[in-house]
Amino acid sequence: MRRNGAEDMSEDDERQQSPRSDLEFTSNKARYCKATGSASDHPDQVLENVLENVLHFLTSRRDRNSVSLVCKSWYRVEALTRSELFIGNCYAVSPGRATARFTRVRALHLKGKPRFADFNLMPPDWGAHFNPWLLAMAKPYPWLEKVYLKRMSVTNDDLATLAESFSGFKELVLVCCDGFGTNGLASFVSKCRQLRVLDLIESEVIHDGTDWISCFPQGESHLESLIFDCVEWPINFEALERLVARSPLLKKLRLNRYVSIGQLYRLMIQAPQLTHLGTGLFSPLEIAGQGDQELDYGTAFAACRSLVCLSGFREIIPDYLPAIYPVCANLTSLNFSYANINAEQLKPIISKCHKLRVFWVLDSICDEGLQAVAATCKELRELRVFPINAQEDIDSPVSEVGLQAISEGCQKLQSILYFCQRMTNEAVIAMSKNCPDLVVFRLCIMGRHKPDPVTGEPMDDGFGAIVMNCKKLTRLAVSGLLTDKAFEYIGKYGKLVRTLSVAFAGDSDMGLKYVLEGCSQLQKLEIRDSPFGDAALRSGLHHCYYMRFLWMSSCRLTRQGCQEIAHAMPRLVVEVIRSADMEMDDFVETLYMYRSLEGPRIDAPKYVTIL
Amino acid sequence: MAYEKDLNLEATELRLGLPGTSEESAEKQTSATLRSNKRALPDMNEGSVSGDNHSNVAAAKKCDQETASPTKAQVVGWPPIRSYRKNCLQPKKTEAETARIYVKVSMDGAPYLRKIDLKGYKGYPELLKALEDMFKFKVGEYSEREGYNGSEFVPTYEDKDGDWMLVGDVPWEMFTNSCKRLRIMKGSEARGLGCVV
Repeated sequence: MRRNGAEDMSEDDERQQSPRSDLEFTSNKARYCKATGSASDHPDQVLENVLENVLHFLTSRRDRNSVSLVCKSWYRVEALTRSELFIGNCYAVSPGRATARFTRVRALHLKGKPRFADFNLMPPDWGAHFNPWLLAMAKPYPWLEKVYLKRMSVTNDDLATLAESFSGFKELVLVCCDGFGTNGLASFVSKCRQLRVLDLIESEVIHDGTDWISCFPQGESHLESLIFDCVEWPINFEALERLVARSPLLKKLRLNRYVSIGQLYRLMIQAPQLTHLGTGLFSPLEIAGQGDQELDYGTAFAACRSLVCLSGFREIIPDYLPAIYPVCANLTSLNFSYANINAEQLKPIISKCHKLRVFWVLDSICDEGLQAVAATCKELRELRVFPINAQEDIDSPVSEVGLQAISEGCQKLQSILYFCQRMTNEAVIAMSKNCPDLVVFRLCIMGRHKPDPVTGEPMDDGFGAIVMNCKKLTRLAVSGLLTDKAFEYIGKYGKLVRTLSVAFAGDSDMGLKYVLEGCSQLQKLEIRDSPFGDAALRSGLHHCYYMRFLWMSSCRLTRQGCQEIAHAMPRLVVEVIRSADMEMDDFVETLYMYRSLEGPRIDAPKYVTIL
Repeated sequence: MAYEKDLNLEATELRLGLPGTSEESAEKQTSATLRSNKRALPDMNEGSVSGDNHSNVAAAKKCDQETASPTKAQVVGWPPIRSYRKNCLQPKKTEAETARIYVKVSMDGAPYLRKIDLKGYKGYPELLKALEDMFKFKVGEYSEREGYNGSEFVPTYEDKDGDWMLVGDVPWEMFTNSCKRLRIMKGSEARGLGCVV
């Protein structure tokens, strides 16, 4: 399940990423700094001490990067005072280099695979292993408290080692990770005595059969957050109930679909202090008639006066929905994206959710449901509409009508992800004008190459209006029939765009050229099935060092072209990935290119060729 | 696409169909698409810098028609929904819509047969109740040891191997996968089957 948006507004929260490659700076300065490190004069030492104390308050990554570039003294002090280390691409820098520069890190935030790996576009075992980082940190960071991993491979042994190596470890957040199972969780929770946060979000957890919930240590627990809604295996409910009962600080609890509504009730009355709740199944385990007498679920919800974030509803029986009425007025975040409900079932709930800022939902609510959202949720900042039926060319429950309504009703909207079967330029243009605060605009018209159904035109003008009118836009995903014109608009007006996703779009190399030459802040570019070739890539190479990565799959790149690029850009790692059963074609199947200080990685599987 | 690099061998290819039929080309595209998510549609404006909108649209429409149902079926990773989410939701729809299992049901003495969809039932109790309603009879009490006791009607089915089996012995999933037809036996024949250990 996608993590609930209240905490993380998509990947675009990385406003702090410096566009300049501070990696280049590192390679120049690191040597110099080491040589002169200990030989400071007395006055400088005083200044450094003062600076150190001041810099402790600086938390923004971008600001810290800027500070580190002032002079060698500031570089040194900044490195000493950086307690939270963010690495956007685990292969951009080696663990050793990172731990050498930053010696007092308490929290690590590490990202691995590119996003398109989520959609089966990358064969498994590509890499992004947590293990080398873990081993490198054990000695230098004995006080490590927090690890946040996204799209990394973590093994059971890693989890055990993590808990053993860091006695004060407090927070583990795994987003879209894999490679570990319930065994690893069991070792981790049993050894991690200070654990406050264990968040498993959209990760694949292998079923080893271990009852990991029972492995939490006895006695009062420090748990503040326990999120395991993505674990697709039953858990020991009695053990969970006891755990919740002895976790007075627990604020966030997101259950998996093996917890029935009756069990949910029992947990809720133990933990009325919850602020974030994932409801699990939200129906009884057996069909009515066996077991659960009708409990007063409404009372349980009413008792949770601090509840602001609600999710779950994994196999919802709509009859139980009224139970959540008491909390609707306080909700700032509601995730119905697993709840197959229609507009009529949604209306009584959404009409009470005046404070709602984040709403995730299925297209089963149809345009009518979206109109109801637009009518009430004036504070809405983030909307995600997912398809129940992720196929092309079927009837569209949501369309331009819903988008238009949202744009008119929710004018403070900042982030939208909208899956649909049909969309018009008119509605997209309307949104661009009604919602000037848009930072993230991701529209997925599921039929490939689909034009505007009313005018027959490509969708160029719609997306053009978005980049023109939404001056704060940093993340954009395009779809539908698009010519090079759309990319001309993006290149010309998308000056703040940092993440761009393109699929089945464009006519020629010009499309890519426009983007690479125009979007000066571009960090992450992911393209699939578009007719962009070597020439286009070559023309934009100068920009590539400023980007975190470039992904191009099923485009028109040749191996020759990629080879030339690899030669021209020594600090880029150029990976050519082919799937197991593909013959070597003239065209490269997948190009994944990223800047790195380390050169080609040594853990690449055999279907990856690093040029 | 394969076309661009061909020596146009298709033109001289011997096939059974009439010249000009596009079966094979559609198939080729399907297999190409399934094999990899490459270039599902042929280049529309190869070499041109900016085609005019009409020709793009027309070309798109034409391509959509040519490559309509076969290629639209399956493209890797499209739409971009994480498989976790797809798996959580789709079972509801897909199973109901596509995996119907229709079997004939006969009852001894009834003048005509009926047909039912096994996928429409969650388990044996539901199925038996439906059969009871359909044919206006009652089955007896089922036990593993003795089969159906207490009624002269016994539900049986023919499995994949052609054997006649007692309904209820194997797990439901196994039953729906192997059942070819149902027969509600009556009278002395039924008693014989029901008593077999």
